[in-house]
Amino acid sequence: MNRATLIFGVLLVVALPLSLLAGRVWLDPSSTPNTAIILAELRLPRAVLAIIVGGGLGAAGAAMQGYLRNPLADPGLFGIAPGAALGAVVALWFGYATSEWLLPLFALIGAGGAMALLAAIAGRTGGIALFTLAGLMVASLAGALTALAISMAPNAFAMSEIVLWLNGALTDRSWREVWIAAPLVTLGVALLWRTGRSLDALTLGEPVARSLGIDTSKLLWLLILGIGLTVGASVAVAGIIGFVGLIVPHLVRPLTDRRPSQLIVPSALAGALLVLVADSVVRVLPLVTELRLGIALSLLGAPFVLWLLIRMRRGLA
Amino acid sequence: MTLAAQNLSLAGRLKNVSCALEKGGITAICGPNGAGKSSLLQVLAGLLETDAGQVTLDGESLAALDSRAKRLGYLPQAPEIAWDVTVRSVVELGRIPHRDAATAPVEAAIAAMDLAGYETRRAQALSGGEQARVLLARVLAGEPEWILADEPLAALDIGHQQALVGHLKREARAGRGVVLVLHDLAMAMNHADRVLVLDEGRLVADAGPTEALSSERIAEVWGVETRWLGEEGARALAHA
Repeated sequence: MNRATLIFGVLLVVALPLSLLAGRVWLDPSSTPNTAIILAELRLPRAVLAIIVGGGLGAAGAAMQGYLRNPLADPGLFGIAPGAALGAVVALWFGYATSEWLLPLFALIGAGGAMALLAAIAGRTGGIALFTLAGLMVASLAGALTALAISMAPNAFAMSEIVLWLNGALTDRSWREVWIAAPLVTLGVALLWRTGRSLDALTLGEPVARSLGIDTSKLLWLLILGIGLTVGASVAVAGIIGFVGLIVPHLVRPLTDRRPSQLIVPSALAGALLVLVADSVVRVLPLVTELRLGIALSLLGAPFVLWLLIRMRRGLA
Repeated sequence: MTLAAQNLSLAGRLKNVSCALEKGGITAICGPNGAGKSSLLQVLAGLLETDAGQVTLDGESLAALDSRAKRLGYLPQAPEIAWDVTVRSVVELGRIPHRDAATAPVEAAIAAMDLAGYETRRAQALSGGEQARVLLARVLAGEPEWILADEPLAALDIGHQQALVGHLKREARAGRGVVLVLHDLAMAMNHADRVLVLDEGRLVADAGPTEALSSERIAEVWGVETRWLGEEGARALAHA
């Protein structure tokens, strides 16, 4: 266990009980009525879901940056998140959101479709440049189809529901979403963890990695599956929550020896911590309606990336 | 103990190239730009597939050899270090084919490349010459039977060139096979035991350096009239 894993693991253990107490109504277990029900049915599933979603997005970001050897890479580049979002939007468009399972199912189908398209275009060659371009095109296509669905929404209510859902949130989520996302994200993180050694080898470039016996095609498949499962499942239960995969590896990297393999597990923990804390903060903000988590993280993430770009320009990053 | 190529052909790059390289010496691959030197090295390293022909290592086809990564160490022409990792982390990458964390070969490689004291320094922050030593140490840490290096002397000043060639000679004397793509013909003449000359994808010479890099051959392949100055082992190339 490296230092970063320990630090973020401890912080997560400390943050979890605090987040259970935080909300529009602060829980005082000794005096608040129905504390057990509020905790078991509302706060705990929401907190667990935040940990699952953040963990998946953090690990996906670390793997993505390691694969592309670029600190500005984000899992969104693969087009899997927009694919999942498109699937969910289709479900909302047809009014299937009233069913408990159909929206996440459609989102997972969308993520699977994006993964299949990526694999069909770039899977055989294993080339990083082709893969990145294919990801961008899948993202662009899914984005265009989502915009088309919004513009042709059958009624104003559906349109507002779609737009609201696209700005990800963990509001009103239950154990059902936890059971949908937990196995998929866990499997995805495990697959990404397995890529660590290969990502380390890529530090010296693709030809050296291949000379060290790394099967770059297998690596690509593991990444498509790992990122597809983590990001696809996250979008399916929480909507689009951006910037986590981009920001988290930067918070973790200074605490490690900077090898990509050393980032994946602590990035999962740090991602879980970031989403858990951010979700707790949006709950306690004194606003008329709760700030959407996706919007909050974008408000936090965009300035962070700008600061990062300025640092990189100065050659300090 | 032979790395052999049989009738290698690759569209636009290699034309029916055959050679059989032995361990214990330095083999230089020379030729003008675009002659197919890097392609031949990558094919010998098992990193590039050909349209025809095959590469064998001690009689076994390289394509079917599971131990290829352990036995062949490859150093690319334009090395890169993507993350701000330590020197030790880079050298340890050489152990990936062995799937172990053996420290003795890593320590030995660090010592062989005079990198003691550099272990915790950031590899990206080192000079070009220091990085070249770190990257060669990465290859040595894998304890390969063969070292295949593409232009390892490019971008190095004359002092670092001599030092790196000295290291590679020691590795060859220790029984490894060393194959280098070299643009510097004087380096090839003075330090290689054997020279392969490629011209437009064809192997036009496979001999000792004096024969392979004669003034006549240089005129024929490079189109430049030259003559060799100095004595054996310390030759310099001058325009005629």
